[in-house]
Order: sequence, then C-alpha cells, then structure tokens
Amino acid sequence: MPIITYRDALNQALREEMQRDDRVFIMGEEVAVYQGAYKVSKGLLQEFGEMRVVDTPITELGFAGVGVGAAMVGLRPVIEFMTWNFAVLALDQVLNAAAKMLYMTGGQYNVPMVFRGPNGAALQLSAQHSQAFESWLAHIPGIKVVTPGTPYDAKGLLKSAIRDDNPICFLEGEMLYNNKGEVPEEEYLIPIGVADLKREGDHATIVTNGKMVLVAMKAADELAKEGINIDVVDLRTVRPMDVEAIKASVMKTNRCVVLEEGWELCGIGAQVVDYVQRDCFDYLDAPVIRVHQADVPMPYAKNLERHAKPDVPKTIAAVKKVMYID
Amino acid sequence: MATKIFMEALSPTMEEGRLVKWLKNEGDAVKSGDPLAEVETDKAIMELVARGDGILRKRLVNEGDAKPVGTLVGVIGTADENIDELVGGAAAAATASAAPAPAAASAKSPEPATEPPTEKPAVPQSPSPSAPQPPASGSAARSSPVARKMAADNGLNLSGVSGSGPAGRIIKRDIEAAMAAGQKSGPQTTDHRPPSTREGDYQDLPLTQIRKTIAKRLSESIGPIPTFYLTAEFDLENAAQLRMAMADLGPEFKVSFNDIILKAVATALSQHPEVNAHWLGDKIRQHNRVHLGMAVATDDGLIVPVIFDADTKRMSQISAEAKELAGLARSRKLKSEQYTGSTFSVSNLGMFGIEQFTAIINPPETAILAIGAVEDKVVIEKGEQVVRKRLRVTMSCDHRAIDGAVGAKFLVTLRRLIENPLMLVY
Amino acid sequence: MAKQKKVDGKQPAGSGDAELHKSLLHSMLLQRRFEERVAEAYALGKIGGFCHLYIGQEAVSTGSLSLLRPDDYVITTYRDHGQALARGMTPRSIMAELFGRVDGCVHGKGGSMHLFDRNLNFMGGHGIVGGHVPIATGVGFAIKYRGGDQVMICFMGESVVNTGAFHEALNMAGLWKLPVVYVIENNRYGMGTSLERASAIHDIYERGAAYNMNRAQCDGQDVFAVREAMAEAIERARTEQRPTLLEVRTYRFMGHSMSDAVSGTYRPKAELEEWQKRDPIVLLRTFMHERGEIDDAGVQAMDDEVKAVVQDSWDFADASPEPPLEALYEDVLVESTT
Repeated sequence: MPIITYRDALNQALREEMQRDDRVFIMGEEVAVYQGAYKVSKGLLQEFGEMRVVDTPITELGFAGVGVGAAMVGLRPVIEFMTWNFAVLALDQVLNAAAKMLYMTGGQYNVPMVFRGPNGAALQLSAQHSQAFESWLAHIPGIKVVTPGTPYDAKGLLKSAIRDDNPICFLEGEMLYNNKGEVPEEEYLIPIGVADLKREGDHATIVTNGKMVLVAMKAADELAKEGINIDVVDLRTVRPMDVEAIKASVMKTNRCVVLEEGWELCGIGAQVVDYVQRDCFDYLDAPVIRVHQADVPMPYAKNLERHAKPDVPKTIAAVKKVMYID
Repeated sequence: MATKIFMEALSPTMEEGRLVKWLKNEGDAVKSGDPLAEVETDKAIMELVARGDGILRKRLVNEGDAKPVGTLVGVIGTADENIDELVGGAAAAATASAAPAPAAASAKSPEPATEPPTEKPAVPQSPSPSAPQPPASGSAARSSPVARKMAADNGLNLSGVSGSGPAGRIIKRDIEAAMAAGQKSGPQTTDHRPPSTREGDYQDLPLTQIRKTIAKRLSESIGPIPTFYLTAEFDLENAAQLRMAMADLGPEFKVSFNDIILKAVATALSQHPEVNAHWLGDKIRQHNRVHLGMAVATDDGLIVPVIFDADTKRMSQISAEAKELAGLARSRKLKSEQYTGSTFSVSNLGMFGIEQFTAIINPPETAILAIGAVEDKVVIEKGEQVVRKRLRVTMSCDHRAIDGAVGAKFLVTLRRLIENPLMLVY
Repeated sequence: MAKQKKVDGKQPAGSGDAELHKSLLHSMLLQRRFEERVAEAYALGKIGGFCHLYIGQEAVSTGSLSLLRPDDYVITTYRDHGQALARGMTPRSIMAELFGRVDGCVHGKGGSMHLFDRNLNFMGGHGIVGGHVPIATGVGFAIKYRGGDQVMICFMGESVVNTGAFHEALNMAGLWKLPVVYVIENNRYGMGTSLERASAIHDIYERGAAYNMNRAQCDGQDVFAVREAMAEAIERARTEQRPTLLEVRTYRFMGHSMSDAVSGTYRPKAELEEWQKRDPIVLLRTFMHERGEIDDAGVQAMDDEVKAVVQDSWDFADASPEPPLEALYEDVLVESTT
C-alpha cells in the first residue's frame, strides 16, 4: 500500500471529489495561485480552473457566508480556513447560518458544505495561532465535527464530508500535514461518527481525537514496554460522538484517560467523562483522568509551550494514575 | 360594529399594564392607529392605540389603575351605537378581580406567579424501611465501582478485602488477588460458591421489612456483622463410650471426638437450614446441602477446607476426609475448590486445651461453631457429684440472619445428637 | 464602470398600465392589512417573541419584487413579512407560522423572523444583522458558477452597512462581478439609533464606491420610483452580471418591534407625522384616483377583499394544530449524502 503524507491524502480526496462532482468547489485564502498556505490544494487550480478553485480576500466571515449561500442553492463548497484560529471571525456563519438553516427553514434548505483547515497548536506560534476548537464546535447542534488523526482517516473522512448533505467542520493539524501513513490506491470512504480502535489492550483506555492520536499511540508504545496494554479509541468524529465505542472499551479495561488538545473546562474530555460516568459507572476502577492543554493562552517560549501542551509523558502519568501505579 | 379596546401586551413579557393617562376623551373621534392611552408596561411607557375607527364611547379604566393583559379598558363605536351590553360585561369582568383573557394569559404567563410553592418532602430522620440498603459488604472501606461489581458477581464480601488504592480504596486488582488467593488471607475471603450446584441446593428468601430493620440497626450497633454468642456445655460420656466401643472393634474403626462432633454438626445443620445460610445483603440464602468448613491452623495462617455434603457422609468418611484435608492444608496442597463453598464452619481449639472461645464468622456464612477441649468435670447428677466428660461449644451468630432463639434451637438439636451419638447412625 | 445615480421622485411618475397599478396597490394593501392584524394578534398573545412590522415601507417590497422572475432569489432580514407576501407567500402560511403552528411555512420552527419558501426562492428571514448579506453574495456566486441569468435581491436595513459582513460581502460581489442587487431600506433608524448617529456618511449609496459597484438612491415611498431604480439594477445583474447598491429612502410607521413605542424616545412625533403624509399606499391610491383608474367603491372593494383574505389567514392559523412534540428533534441534520 502506498505511504503518503496527510497533506497528500487530503489533496487526493479533494481532487477525487472535484472530479466526481462538478458542484464541488474550493474557496479560501491562498488556495489557488499560491497552491494553498499548506499546499493541501496544490495543483487543483491547474486542473479545475479559477471558478472552482477560488482565491478570496482575507475575509473569513464573508467567504464562509458565500459558502453557505452557494450550498443553499445546490453547490457543494469546501471552504478552507487558513487556520481555525481565523475561523473565529466566521463563527456567525457556522453557528447562526450553516448549523441553523435546516432547522429554522423547517427542513427546506440544507447546507451541504465543508469548512476545513488546520486546528490547534503547531510550534511556537503563540497565543492567537495555537488554539484547538473542536469542543467549541462540537457544542453546536446542526453540524458535524470531524478530526482525523492519520492520512488514511483524513482522506476517507474528507471524501465522506464532501458527500454529506450537512455542514461539516473538518479539523486538520499543521503538525499532521507531513505525517505519513498507508493510504490505499483504491477508493474508500470512512463513515462520519464512527470511532476507530487504533490499538488494543486491556489495562486501560485512552480516548482521544485528532492530533492527539499520535501522542496516544506513542504513549501506548512506551507503556507496552512496561507490560501495560492500552486501548486507544480514536473518536475521529467528535460530533456525533461514538459513545458505543467508548463504552465498549471502558467496560473492558475499567480505566479511562481522555487525551485532548484543547483546554480543560467544558472540553471534549468533559463530555467523554460524562458518557463514561453515565454508562460505565459500575465498570470503573478509578476516576477518569483528563490530559489537556494548560489553562492558559499558549506561550511562545519553547520550554513554556512544551509545558503547556498535552504530551506523551503526561499521558503515561495519567494512565499509571488510573492504574494505581506510582 | 363597536371595537373593544383591550389592555394589550405591549412588551413580550408584559402581564399587566398600568394605564397612566388617557389621551382621548369620551366622545372624541378616533382613527385606527391613534394613540388612546399611555400604558406603563414592565419595561416602559407605551401607547395603546385604537384598533378601529369611530368615537371613543367609553373609558372603563381609571388613570393610575393596573389591569391584566386582555382586560377590556374601553369601547370605540359609532355615535348612536348601543354599547350597554359590552360595557356591562366588561364592568363585571373588571370587578371580578380582572382575570386575564385566557389567550393572553396562557401565552404570556407560562408560570403563573400564583402557583403554590411545591414543598419538598422532609428528609426522613429515621431509617426508612424502603430506603436503599447499604452495599452487601457493609464495609466502611471505599471501593471502586467495578470492584463492587466484581465482588457482587462472585459473591465476595468486600469487608475482608484490603484495598491497595488511595486511602485504602478497594480496586479491581485487590478483588482479582482475593479471588486468586481464596482463603489464604483468612476466612474472610472465602468464595461461597460450591463446586457444583444443582437446582434445589438452596432457596433464596427475600428480606422481610423486620429482617431489614434488624440487619440495619444491629449493623450500626456492632459493626459490619452484628454477632452474638451462644455457649452450651454438652455431656460427652456416651460419645466417649462410643469411641471406646469402636476402638475395641479394631484400629480401622477408631473415631475421634472431633469426628463425632463434625458428624453431629452436619446432621444438625441438615435439620436447621436457617443457620446453614449465607447473608447476601439483599437476601438470605438457606442451603439445603451442608458443606462444612473446618478451620485448620497452618504455618501460613488459618484456612478452612470444606467437607462437601457432610450430612450425607458416614462418620468414617468424615473422619478420613477431615484428616486428609488437614494434612493437605498443612502441606499447602489444598486446591482452591477444596477451601471454597462452605455453608457453615467449625473451629476446634480443643487440642490446645482451650476450654471455651469465640470464633469469627466466615462471611457470607451466618454462624460458626467454636469447639473447646473435652475435659473431665465434676457435675451434679441426681444430687451426687460425679465426674463426666464435658465439652463447651460457642456458636457465633450473625444477628442480621439469625436470632438468638434460632441459634439456640440448633444447639438443642446438636446437644441431642452429641449426647446420644447412636442417633448419628440412626 | 461604476456609476452614480440619484433618484428622487417627489410625485409618482407611474406608467400607463392601470392593471399593473391595481396589482401594486393590492400587494401593498395586503401587507398593510396583514400586519395590522399581526399587531392585534400579538397584543392578544397569539404571537410571541420578536415581531418587527414593515408598515410604511410596503412600496419597497412591492416595487422591487414585482419585477422579478420566479427563478430569481430573494433574501432579507428579520423584518420580513412584507417581502414574503410581496414574493407570493400565502397569508395563511405566514400567519400560521407567526402563531407557531404546524401549517406555518417552516412548521413553527422559525416564527416572525424566519419566513422561508424554497418553492419561491424566498431564502428568509435572517436574525443576525448583516449575517445574510454574505449568503446573498454566495447565491450570486452560485448563479455565476452555473452560468445562469437569475438575480439575487438582498434586502437590508441601513444599520447593516456598518457591519463587517456587509463590507466583506459587497467587496467580493464587486470584485467577482456577481448578479446581486443589495437593497438598503434606509428607514432612518437602526432600532433607536439614527443613521446620523451610526454612520460616518449619510448618503449610504456612496459606500458602493468602495466596492466599485453601481449605486443609486431612490424614494422608497413611491412604488414607481422603486420600480424604476430596481429595473435598472436587475437588468444590470441579469445581462451584465454586475451588482448594484441601491439605497431606498423610506420610514417605518411602527416601532422597531412590538416592545417599542410607535414614536419612542428617539424620533420626534412630528417626524413620524411628516412621513405618514407620504404613506406609500395613499400616494399610489391618490395617483390612481386622479388618473381615474380606481374610484372609492373600487378602493373599498379591494380593502374588503384584502381584509377577508387576512381574516381567513387568521382563522386558518387559529385552527392549525401546534407542531407535534416529535418535531423538536426533526430537521437538525439530514440523513442523506450524495
């Protein structure tokens, strides 16, 4: 099976879906002539032309709304945010337009579109460029929130997202774009809303998503050297959330750690913990522990940034804590 | 056609309005949309406007008065129109403490302020019979949910398990260790499952309210297992004669006092399932088969191997099994199925010359019999001092399951058997 | 190139088509009578929530939408009853929606601010000031993407022009040359704040210059003036695929919403009375009178007919059931994929 980068997996998904359906177009800052701020849209302008690969001014709220309008009348926009940090400016269109349209029109207008771009921290980009938004978005009924952590998942989920008749928020990761993984040549789709058991073990569960999948896998590798076997549940989609996958794993292992990129309060992990306490109460051997970003804006200095981020050692420590190993 | 002027909801949340000032006099011509009055809402002073053309015929509310939304406050009509009926009805409505019009009331005040406050039932001060019972363990030690579940699934009593988690929390690994070690850590970790069970081996009795109350109150009084003790002294002269007679028949027929007592206890238990029972927290399980545990001291500590179906076994079988089990126990060769599943236990310290002692109940069993030494004692018989062989036994009973009289009746049966050992072969 | 045109009709210029004039009068009168009853229903508690009346501005909706083709698109703000009726939505479906009933145009999910009818390409009914303007630009983009010749008409109040969304949306429409007519209904007040207290420039159409966009200003009380200005803008969009920014000067005769007094603290009563002299319905009716196109009996008959239609919508809404509770969880997401 070919081994390609996460970036190329997304590029393949976009190209294949644009070839398949001429209603699909991509719009955003630097997606066309510049070939994408992170080169995800590389080569698409040359293949599909400027009506379908559209550079916009720096105007997130505006072009997000353009996507909503175009989707309402039957096109299938892929709106690229250079980062989700900038998408905050467009949140009105996500929250008040895309997510509400089907409901407040009594089912008349659906909004088949994808908002996508890198999410969360990269390296030393400091406070305004290092934020993970999945918990913000997951709060909103009327959209789906997808957070692939591997090239295989990125391609299969983006293709499903583009074909979905609902608005999808698709959260990638700058630090993931260069990651490589196996991606089959033949076409495949990954259903939205289904978690993936990335690794099997019976001592403890790590529930995670997006960029943190890699952290969880590394932590599991380290723990395996000590004879501790971890179930890594990659949610892949945080809304809807695959509660059954969480339950199945926690009921097996009796111990759970939630690893997430964002802040603690009202984060993704808070929701996972709620499902666990509600559905797996009699199966818990220890309180669920969360690993997350420190409750501060992201600092610039290397050492401080490292200290703020969730990482492998913090994850290992949390697993040992739920296993009562000191 | 006259037009009624109602107190209107001039803000989304307004429930009543105070008519501050009339802007038109009776007899003034008004057009639809003309302001008629100023009304103070919950938010601001607003204008109440005409909804029809004509003459303001009647003003039904005085300036300064507050009226609920929907109240008729005036009438617009033509100059010669008879509006008596409208005005009369309104006056009645206004005096009837002005109940709001149903439509307005239902739409604007989903939670009427007049609804009586719902009183919370007082928290009962005394234990309610229907209140949830504490966990079967009755243990003060904390335990993780899955540890409790595993213990319940396996009939393990948490009170005997020591926790290795924070603040002594009993966690999954403690349960796994307890299950693997069985009774190595002492009688309190016994798994009550018999090696094989058949239908009719036991019957589960749901707890009656009085039983629950007794269990709860006595536990509070004395700890997890409210134990009381019954001591009796048996005459063993007949048993001694039986032993001698058997010994005379040859060494292969030799029996010990212990064998006779074990046989007697097993036989008595078969007649008293009420003490051959397990306390399971939400019920009492009375066993119809007698699996008799016998405490054996080893270098590692106490262990309780089981003579299964002891009531159906002949004394020679019991004797042989007891010897074998004690030997296996001392050489640490007992298999777990040989020390799990007892329904009642005995502990014998007679060989140490202990005259009388109390034994600790082996949960979930509900009683244990402590057997002292057989000793020659002077007793009064028919007015004369005679020397007899005597035995003191003390039965520890779990009061949650067994009342004093129940235990005593068992001891009556046991006395009858031990003092008349021929009955054991009947 | 962008051009600037000011339209300032003091008196209706009209056309020679008496039947057209009657239909325009009918359209405006229907909006007026409908909303008068809406105010009554609101006061009686049959309608709840936010409810913004359009009374006084009817020439804008009727003048604009009387020029459209069925496949053109319309989008507007929360003050949407007038445009919905002028676009052809039935009084029944609107009144039932206002009453929160299952036969409402969006089955009781939207209320006053969110009227939609996909069959008429009537795209709402939006509640966030400025939020719908980029959506209109997106529809314009889709028309161009497909190579169609439809037009998107986007209504908004003058307070919208100070939002970032307006600027972003018009910049892209000007940049990409999209077939959208942005109609500013300048009724002088964004809620209680006058244009002069909110905008650095007071001739709003001038803002079109920033987007290289054709722009004009017209009298919003004169339905013919609106039609003239709109006809030019629509033609430009349809044939040249170029956007227009049209400022229509009008006035609302009611408060901002049902919880705002008619004149309130922020505008002088004399100003309201001055504008009421130029009631768009009275202006058109007088014009038709003078031309002999309609007499008193004809006006009365039309009024009676319109009132009966509105009464019918009230009765229909009153009889319509509340939405079933299971509808609560319907239409959050669609199940389908393509």
